Amino acid sequence: MKELDNDRRVWIFNQMARIREFEERVKGTFEEHPGVIRGHTHLADGAEASIVGSLATLEPTDQLMTTYRCHGYPIVLGTDAGAMMAEIYGKKTGLCGGYGGSMHLTDVERGFLGTSGIVAQGIPQATGAAYAAQIRKQDQVVLCFFGDGASKQGAFSESLNLASLWKLPIVYVMENNNYNVVTRSDQEDANAAAGEPLAVKAKAFSMPGVTVDGGDPEAVYATVGEAVDRARGGDGPTLVESKVYRLSAHGNIIVPPGIPLHFPEHEAIEVFGNAAEYEAAKKGDPVPRYRAKLVQDGVLSAEQADEIMQSAKDEMQAAVDFGIESELPAPEDATKFVYA
Amino acid sequence: MAEIPYIAAIEMAIHGEMERDDSVLYFGQNIATTENDKFLQAFGPDRVRVTPISETAEIGMAVGAALAGYRPVVELYMAEFMLVAMDQVVNEAPRFRYMTGGQVTVPLVLKAGYGFTAGWAGQHTGTIYGMFMGVPGLRVAIPSTAADAKGLMATAIRDDNPVAYFHHYLLTLIPGEVPDGEHLVPFGEAAVRREGGDVTIVALGYMVGLALEAADRLASEGIEAEVIDPRTLNPLDLKTILESVEKTGHLVLVDQATRHGSASAVIAADVADEGFSSLKAPIKQVTALDATIPYSQPMEEYLLPDVDKIVGAVQQVLGQAPVTA
Repeated sequence: MKELDNDRRVWIFNQMARIREFEERVKGTFEEHPGVIRGHTHLADGAEASIVGSLATLEPTDQLMTTYRCHGYPIVLGTDAGAMMAEIYGKKTGLCGGYGGSMHLTDVERGFLGTSGIVAQGIPQATGAAYAAQIRKQDQVVLCFFGDGASKQGAFSESLNLASLWKLPIVYVMENNNYNVVTRSDQEDANAAAGEPLAVKAKAFSMPGVTVDGGDPEAVYATVGEAVDRARGGDGPTLVESKVYRLSAHGNIIVPPGIPLHFPEHEAIEVFGNAAEYEAAKKGDPVPRYRAKLVQDGVLSAEQADEIMQSAKDEMQAAVDFGIESELPAPEDATKFVYA
Repeated sequence: MAEIPYIAAIEMAIHGEMERDDSVLYFGQNIATTENDKFLQAFGPDRVRVTPISETAEIGMAVGAALAGYRPVVELYMAEFMLVAMDQVVNEAPRFRYMTGGQVTVPLVLKAGYGFTAGWAGQHTGTIYGMFMGVPGLRVAIPSTAADAKGLMATAIRDDNPVAYFHHYLLTLIPGEVPDGEHLVPFGEAAVRREGGDVTIVALGYMVGLALEAADRLASEGIEAEVIDPRTLNPLDLKTILESVEKTGHLVLVDQATRHGSASAVIAADVADEGFSSLKAPIKQVTALDATIPYSQPMEEYLLPDVDKIVGAVQQVLGQAPVTA
């Protein structure tokens, strides 16, 4: 694992700012351009440090698969934000031509092999990509991202068993945001109910299980980096539990067409009436937190940090403009790509 | 050309494709557990692996390995085991290419035995290809002969789409002439197993043999049946079926599946839609009765299509038998 130098730390902050600003603009689109975003959209705000800290460990030939909460990863990989926004707007110029939408951003050229919209089902797929990496013998590692809820699926258990058995070059990054949709972890997870970290699940598969503060990108980088080194060295998988707090609700409201879509309040407030929990999480918001750290360490001046934020705002405004101005696909294109 | 059993023909195709293309993988439950395994000996442990009883992981990993450039063949033994991993089969593998706007392909083969109506009772005897026929993006092959078993498997492995390959358990040891070396049967080309001008019988998988027997018996009564084996359900060679119906004016379909889970119901609807003017009588389907397959032999036989039922159905559409036949 490479030491994080100051340039890299600034890069991390920049990527975090870009993810935050992208998600703010996705959320804002529901008010600014009603009807443009359809279906169900899931935001990564609050998970920026975890995403960037994880991806900062990768080499260019490494690969990843994620869940439907997938906007953050391609931003870090260098995917064009305009093409991403256009995809979320269902436009012809979108990253997937409007075939996938918010839940299925994919950029194969950058190693992002895809997502599943079904909880946990991407875990065996990433495991299969790791099997491919193992037998291709080019030192590739696969990162597999999923949420805490997914760890109760059979797909999780089956995959971790196989990956450990075969010593596959994969790191399982569980982004534990403590809610599966509107259900708290302690209501549906035996480890959580017993007051244990979810990383203890790794024990059942004879692999290391580590819990890390997912709000601290450098801690995530160190933890995932060690796991990536281990995987690349042929020693097999690791389960990393990255504790994050999503700052938006699970997704926009689920209603039939005709009712304008919007993001409700976070479940802590909306469902459990616990505004104090949410306010506390807001105080730990990883973006201002890391900004303050870099300023305090003298890595960035306040002005430079402002410039990074402004640059992210400008970039994502351009992405919104590009998405809005882009054309919708031709209806008859709906029958393309069914078969290879 | 050599006479070999249906199952050996399937293995020959997998072996041949693995020799031809290093990216072909073969994994699943209870294979390659000793050094004596011929696939393991030929291709080594990178490409041939035994898995735990974890269908979701097996098929999901096949999806991932396919996305990453390989061509996995998953040994599933029983078609019903796919039901354990239905999401990966129906809602993952066939969706990726489409959802990514054509960025990826998912070339994989799910090798699944079906229809083991030999006392396996309710959960290992289903004829479930009808569930998969209507899944966009998923190819479905149902070989009925040893030669097709080889040729369709080879084509399945080379196809860039996910393929559900259903082999019938009662055909396992049935021998047939199989071409040596490379043998490919194209998808979407039905085989006319017997020509005849009086009635078209579309039979699926194991039912092809029963239909040919029925046709022989009908011939002795002066009725010439044309027997069509679609060989793949997706793509479906509707053209050959419609041309035959245009010639005969009569259609009987034979499917081991229960009526509303059958592929024959879909084919019948297509013919009614596109070939109605050719028909001189209503279409007749011979399928399993709508019940779970029982253990005990007389009850099992009662539910399933047989030669008598096919002959009766043909006589009925030709107006030569009472409607109750």
